[in-house]
Amino acid sequence: MDNLGLLMDGFASVLTPENLLYAVIGVLLGTFVGVLPGIGPAMAVALLLPVTYGLEPISAFIMFAGIYYGGMYGGSTTAILLNTPGESASVMTALEGNRMARAGRAAQALATAAIGSFVAGTIGTLLVVFFAPALASVAVEIGAPSYFALMVLAMVMVTSVLGGSPLRGFIALFLGLTIGLVGLDLNTGQSRLSFDQPLLADRIDVVVVAVGIFALGEALWVAAHLRRSPAHVIPVGRPWMSGADLKRSWGPWLRGTAYGFPFGALPAGGAEIPTFLSYITEKRIAARKGRDEFGQGAIEGVAGPEAANNASAAGTFVPLLALGLPVTATSAVMLAALQGYGIEPGPGLMTDQPELVWALLASLLIGNVLLLVLNLPLAPVWAKLLRIPRPQLYAGILFFAALGAYAANLQAFDLFLLLLLGLLGLMMRRFALPVLPLILGVILGPLMEFRLREAMAISGGDVSALWSEPLAIVIYVVVSIAVVAPFAVRRLRPTPASVAAAAEDESLMTDDTQTEEKVR
Amino acid sequence: MSDVTTVVVGWSPDEFGEAALDRGVEEARLRGGRVVVVNATRGDALVDDRYADEEQLARLTDELSASGLEVDVRRSMGADVGDQVLAVADDVSADLVVIGLRRRSPVGKLLMGSVAQRILLGADCAVLAVKPAG
Repeated sequence: MDNLGLLMDGFASVLTPENLLYAVIGVLLGTFVGVLPGIGPAMAVALLLPVTYGLEPISAFIMFAGIYYGGMYGGSTTAILLNTPGESASVMTALEGNRMARAGRAAQALATAAIGSFVAGTIGTLLVVFFAPALASVAVEIGAPSYFALMVLAMVMVTSVLGGSPLRGFIALFLGLTIGLVGLDLNTGQSRLSFDQPLLADRIDVVVVAVGIFALGEALWVAAHLRRSPAHVIPVGRPWMSGADLKRSWGPWLRGTAYGFPFGALPAGGAEIPTFLSYITEKRIAARKGRDEFGQGAIEGVAGPEAANNASAAGTFVPLLALGLPVTATSAVMLAALQGYGIEPGPGLMTDQPELVWALLASLLIGNVLLLVLNLPLAPVWAKLLRIPRPQLYAGILFFAALGAYAANLQAFDLFLLLLLGLLGLMMRRFALPVLPLILGVILGPLMEFRLREAMAISGGDVSALWSEPLAIVIYVVVSIAVVAPFAVRRLRPTPASVAAAAEDESLMTDDTQTEEKVR
Repeated sequence: MSDVTTVVVGWSPDEFGEAALDRGVEEARLRGGRVVVVNATRGDALVDDRYADEEQLARLTDELSASGLEVDVRRSMGADVGDQVLAVADDVSADLVVIGLRRRSPVGKLLMGSVAQRILLGADCAVLAVKPAG
C-alpha cells in the first residue's frame, strides 16, 4: 500500500519533539476555544495566521489540525455540562448529553463523547488517507470549466443547504465575493473597488478579513450582550464509562462515523445533517430494542451524533486536500494559510507538497490520540474555563486580533479595515447572517475567478465553454437540485434545528441560555 | 416607613452566604425586624456559582419561611456586586447590612477587587461582617 508508506513518512516528520509540542499546543488551544461558546477553531486559526510568517508550514499545519479536532471535542464538553451547544454540530449532543449530566451521568457522557470522537476521527482520517489521493489523481485531469463548476457547487452547498435561510446565506456569500474583488485584478492589473485608495489596491489581506469577522465581530457582539444570567455548570470528575456503557456506545460510534464521513467528504459539508440523522437512527434502533431512554439521557444519543460530528470534520479534509475546496470556516482559513506560504491549493497539492499533506494527515491521527490522552483527565479543568469573565477573555482576543491584523502588512490602515470588518461582523450576527459563506466567498472567490478567466481564455471568450465538459454539466444539475431541494424538503419535513428546538421545549428547561451559532 | 428594622443580607449559595444569612436572621429576630436577601451577579461569565439557581433559591425561601420572619429575596445583575447590595440597602432604607467575609490575600484583592470592602466603605448604615465557622 503506497498510501500507508507515505503516511509512515508523514509520521516520521511529525514525531519530532518540536512538532509534537506544536501538536500538544494545538490540541489544548483547540479545546480551549471549543469549550467557550462563541469562539471556535476558525477564530483560533485566524488569530494564529500570523505565526505562519515565522513557522515551518508543517509545524503550522500540525498545530492547526490540533486546533480543528480540539475545537470539535471542546464543543461537546460545553454541550453536555452546560446545555449550551458551542456550535451547531453539538446541538444534537446537547439534547441527550445534558440530560445524562443532570441524571448524574456526566462522566459517562463525556467519556462516550471523547472516545467516540477518537474512534470516528481515526477512522475518518484513515478514510481520508485512502480517498484523497485517489480523488486528487482524478481531479488533476479536471479542466478549468469543471473546476469552476465544482467551486460553484461548494459555495451553493455551503450557502443554501447548511444554515437556516438560503437568502441570508447568499447575502453573506455575495458580501464575501465582493470583499474578495477589492484591489488589483490579478490578470490585467486594473484596480477594482479600491476607491482610488492605493492601500486598498493592494487587496485586503485574508488575515484582516478573517480576524475582523471572527474575532472583532464576535467581541463587539459579546460587548453588546455583556450581562446574561449565568448558568450552573454540572460538576464532574474524571470521565469514565463501564463495560455496559461501552457495549451500548460502539454501535452508535460506527454508525455515526458512517453518516458523518460522506457528508464531510462531499462538498455538502457541515455536521448538522449527519448528527441529526445519527440521532434519529439511534432513537429508532433504541425504540426497536425496547430500551428507549431517549429523553431521559440515552448514551446512544451522545455517542452517535458526536461520532458523526468528528467523522464529518475528518471528511472535510478530502475536498480540501484533493480539490482545494474548503467547506468549513476552519478549513477555509487553513486554505488561506496555505496561500500565505505560496502553496497553491488544488488537485496538484498532493503531488507538489506530498511531505506537507502526509505530515498533516499523520498529525491528525496523532492529534486524536493526544486529545484522548489529555482531555479525559482534564475535563474538570476545561469546565472551569467557563468561569472566565467575558471582559478579560475578549480583551485578550482583541489584543491578538489587532496584533495579527497589524502584523499582516505592518500598516496602520489594516487596523482601520479591521474595525470596519469587525462592525460588518457585528451586523452579520445582529441580522443572523452566517459567517461561513462570507469567508468562503473571500477565499474561494479569487480562485474561482482565476478558473473562470482560464476557461474563457481557452475558449476565446465563448461562455458556452463553461458547460462544454460532461462533468461540468453533471455538477450544474446537482447545483440546481441543491438550490431547489431545500425548499421542497422544508415543506415536507421539519429541519434538524426545529426538531432540536421542539425537543428542548419538551424538557423542563427554565434557564435562558441561548444556542449560539459558532462557526467551525 | 422604616418603623420596622430592616436587615439586608448579602447572600450567595455557599458557606459565606449561609453564615451571613444565619446571622442576619438572628439580628432581625432580636430587633423584631424583617430580612431582605440580595443575591447578585456580574453576569459577565457563562458560569457564576455565587448566583443561585432555581433549586437553591427554592431551598432558601423554604428555609426563610420556616424562620417565620418577614422576608424579601432580590436578585440582580450589574457591573458591581457590592453596588447592587448597596442599592438594595438604599432602596429599603436598611438599618443593618450583613455580609460574609472571605479571606483574600493582598494580591488577590488587588486583582479581583473586594465586594466586602466596597460595601463597608459605601454603606450609609452599620455593616456586620461575619465569617463562616471553622
